[in-house]
Amino acid sequence: MFQNLDAKSNMLKRNDAKSLLSKYGILIALVVLIVVLSIATPNFLQVKNFLNVFRQISISAVLAIGATFVVLTGGIDLSLGAVVAITGVSAAIFAHPGEYPTVVPVLVGIGVGVLFGLFIGVIVAKANVASFIVTLGVTTIARGGALLIADGRPVSNLDPAFNWIGNGEIGGAEGQIGFPVMILIMLAVFLIVWFILNKTKYGRYVYAIGGNEDAAYASGVKVDRVKMSVYVICSGLAGLAGVMQAARIEVGQPSIGVGYELDAIAAVVIGGTSLSGGVGTVVGTLIGALIIGFINNGLDLLNVSSYYQQIIKGLIIIGAVLLDVKTKQKR
Amino acid sequence: MNNEYILEMTDICKSFPGVKALENVNLKLKRGTVHALMGENGAGKSTLMKVLMGMYVPDSGRVVYDGREISKYTQGQAIEMGITMVHQELSYIPYMTVAENMFLGREILKNGVVDKNAMCEKAGELLARVGVGLDPRLLMKDLSVSERQMVEIAKCVSYNAQIVIMDEPTSAITDKEVERLFSVLNDLKAKGVAIIYISHKMDEVLKISDEVTILRDGSFIDTFSTKNIDIDKIIVAMVGRELSQVYPEKHNKIGEQIFEVKNLKRDGVFHDISFSLREGEILGFAGLMGAGRTEIMRAVYGIDKLDGGEIYIHGKRTVIRNPGDAIRNRIGLVNEDRKGVGLVLPMSIKNNLTLSNLNKYFNGIVVGKKKEAELADRMIKLLAIKAPSKEQLVKNLSGGNQQKVVLGKLLLDEAEILIMDEPTRGIDVGAKSEIYKLICELAEDGKAVIVVSSEMPELLGLCDRIIVLHEGKMMGEVRREDFDQETLMKWAFAQ
Repeated sequence: MFQNLDAKSNMLKRNDAKSLLSKYGILIALVVLIVVLSIATPNFLQVKNFLNVFRQISISAVLAIGATFVVLTGGIDLSLGAVVAITGVSAAIFAHPGEYPTVVPVLVGIGVGVLFGLFIGVIVAKANVASFIVTLGVTTIARGGALLIADGRPVSNLDPAFNWIGNGEIGGAEGQIGFPVMILIMLAVFLIVWFILNKTKYGRYVYAIGGNEDAAYASGVKVDRVKMSVYVICSGLAGLAGVMQAARIEVGQPSIGVGYELDAIAAVVIGGTSLSGGVGTVVGTLIGALIIGFINNGLDLLNVSSYYQQIIKGLIIIGAVLLDVKTKQKR
Repeated sequence: MNNEYILEMTDICKSFPGVKALENVNLKLKRGTVHALMGENGAGKSTLMKVLMGMYVPDSGRVVYDGREISKYTQGQAIEMGITMVHQELSYIPYMTVAENMFLGREILKNGVVDKNAMCEKAGELLARVGVGLDPRLLMKDLSVSERQMVEIAKCVSYNAQIVIMDEPTSAITDKEVERLFSVLNDLKAKGVAIIYISHKMDEVLKISDEVTILRDGSFIDTFSTKNIDIDKIIVAMVGRELSQVYPEKHNKIGEQIFEVKNLKRDGVFHDISFSLREGEILGFAGLMGAGRTEIMRAVYGIDKLDGGEIYIHGKRTVIRNPGDAIRNRIGLVNEDRKGVGLVLPMSIKNNLTLSNLNKYFNGIVVGKKKEAELADRMIKLLAIKAPSKEQLVKNLSGGNQQKVVLGKLLLDEAEILIMDEPTRGIDVGAKSEIYKLICELAEDGKAVIVVSSEMPELLGLCDRIIVLHEGKMMGEVRREDFDQETLMKWAFAQ
C-alpha cells in the first residue's frame, strides 16, 4: 500500500520535472545564452551592457507583446513594421518644438495605430477574412500612407521633450548609469498586459477563442468583439512603438520598421505561443524578445559580421522553436 | 502460420507521467472472429489499441502477431502488416473524392502522374467487396457518417487487413445503418479477418461479438466467450460492483410552464416546431440522425439563426440572437459535439468550468483567483471528475470526465432550462448512470430539462414526455404513462 503510494509520488515528481522543463525550457535557454556569452565576451556581463540590450529590445518587445494577443487568438499581424512607420511619422508631425505638449504626439501615434487596428479587426472579425491577408494589405496601405503624409522625407526638428521618450534616462547624474525611459515603458506595457491576460475575464476569453472559437461562442463569449479588440490592442501598441522609434532616432522616418513584424512574431513564437492559438504567455514573449536581443548583442560584441548575424539569428529562431515543439510532443 | 490466434498481446504495461494506463493486460485475438473490448472510460481500451497500432511503445510486454513477435513499429508499418483501425472520430479530407481519400499516400500512378480512373475503378471494387454501392467520384464531405465509415472499412480491406479495430463504430449512425455495418463485419469475419470491436453498447456487443475482453482501471479482468455471458455479468466485470439499476427512480414534481416555442422554423432543416416545457419536467426528443433534433436545440440556444417562430420564457416573448442571450435567459446547453463546441481542449478544467459564467460570478473585469478555485473544486467534487488537479488540461481527460466538465459548466451557470443533447454519448455505463442520476436530481430541483438522445431506453428511462421528430417535423408526442417503444420507432421512421 505504502510502496504503491511511494511509487505514485515518485511518478508525480518525474512528471513535475518534465513539465518544469517544458514550462521553463525557454527561460533555461535564456540563462544558458547569458552564461555562454558571459564566458565568450568579457564586456558582456556589465550593467551598462544589459541596460543597453534591454533598451535595444524595448521597441520590438512592445510590438511582440501586442502581437501575443493576436497570435493567441490564432491570427497573425504582418503590418506591425509599416504601422510603426506611419504612427511614428504621424507623431513626429505633431512633435515640432513649441507647438503642442508632448502628450499630443504620443496620443496621435497611438491613436493612428488604434484606427489601423479597428480597420483590421472589423474585416477579420466581421467579414471573416484571414488576418494574414488583411494585414498584408494593410502593410502597403500604411507604408504608402507614411510616405504620403511625410511627403517622402523624414520629419525632423522634433521637440527635445518628445525625444526624451527615446533617449531620456531616469537618475544617472554625473557619470552614473541612468535607467532608460524606453525600458520603463516596455516594463509598464508588460505588466499591464500580464495582468490583462492572467487576471481578467477578457484575458480568459482571448485564450478561449484561440483554443476553440466555437466553444467560446457557445459559452456566450462575444467572439467578434474580442477578436476585433486584439487587433486594436496590437496596432495600438505598434503605435506606441512608433512613437518610441521616432523619439529614439529623433525623426519621423517613413521608411523605418521594415521587418519589425518578423522579429516580433519570432519573439512570440520563441516564447512558446502556439501559432494556432490558445496556448502561450506574455512572459514567454518577453523572454523571446530578450533571447533575440542577447543574440544580436553577443554577436556584435564578438565582432561577427552583420551578414552572418542574420543567418545565425534565423537558425537560432528555427532551432528554438524546434526544441520547444520536441519537448512538448514527448509522451 | 495456421496458429488459431492472429494476435497475442501478453502482459502489456504502459505508464504515463502520473498514471498507470495499462498493467499486465492480455488480449488474444482469434482469426475470423469479432472480439469486443469493453471497459469504462479510462479503463485503458484506447491506450491498448494505440500500443497495438504502434502509436505508443509499451513499457513491457510482448506482442505476437501472425506467429512472430513484433516490437517498435510505426503506425505506418502496422497498417502495412495488416493491423488497421477505423477511428471513432473519422479522419478524412472533405474536399477530396472517396477514391482519393482511400488511396491517400499510395496513389496509383501512370507515367508518374496520378491515374484517377484507375483509382476510381479500384476504389469501386473495394467498396463493392464490403457491399457498398457508392460512387468513388463523390466528395467525402457529401457522404453521411455511415457512408464515410464504409469507406474507411473498404480502405482497411485494401490493405489486406488481418485485424480491423473499430472504435465506437455505431455512436453516430442509425439502427438501420448498424444492421448494414454488422453484415459487412460478418462478411469480413467469413474472410478470416479478426475484428476488435470497442463499444459501450451492450446489446450490440452481445449480438456481433464472439468473445469479450474486459478491462478495468488499466487492468485485465477477463476474456469471456460471448455465448456464456449476459449484460449483468459484463457490467459487474466492468465496474466491479453491481449496478442495482441504471435509471434512478423518478421523484420530480412537475410545476408551472416556463418555456414554450411556437412554429420554429429553419429553412430546409426543420419547421412547425411547437412545444412547451414545465418546471421539474424532463422532455425527451427522439428521432433518427438528421431528424433535426440537434439543429432545433442549436437554434433555440442561439448558435444557429431561426428563420421564424417565437420563444416564450415565463410567458414572455424572448428573442435569442446568440448563446450569450440564451445564458442570460438562463438556458443552458450540453452540446452533442463535446470536443467541437462543448470544451476548449487546451484549457484547464477550472477555466472551462467557469468560461460561460465569469460574468455571473465576478463583477468588474478581474477573475478572483480564490473564488474561481472554490467554484471549480465544488464541481470537481460534486461530479467526481477524475483528474490530478483542476489545472489539468481538458484534452488530457477521458471522454466521461470531459462530459462531466461540460455538465459542471451548466451547473455553474445555474440555468433553469437545461438542454442536453446526447448527454451520455460515448461514455461508459458507470458514468452514464451517474449522469442519469444528476439529470433526475436537477428535475427534482425544479429545473426544466430537455434530453435529446439516439438511445431509446435512455429516453424511456428518464423522460416524462417524449416528442418524436422525422425529417425536421414533429411526428407526435407521448406521455410517460403511454410510453411504448414500438410507437416511437414507427413515428421516427414515419410509418
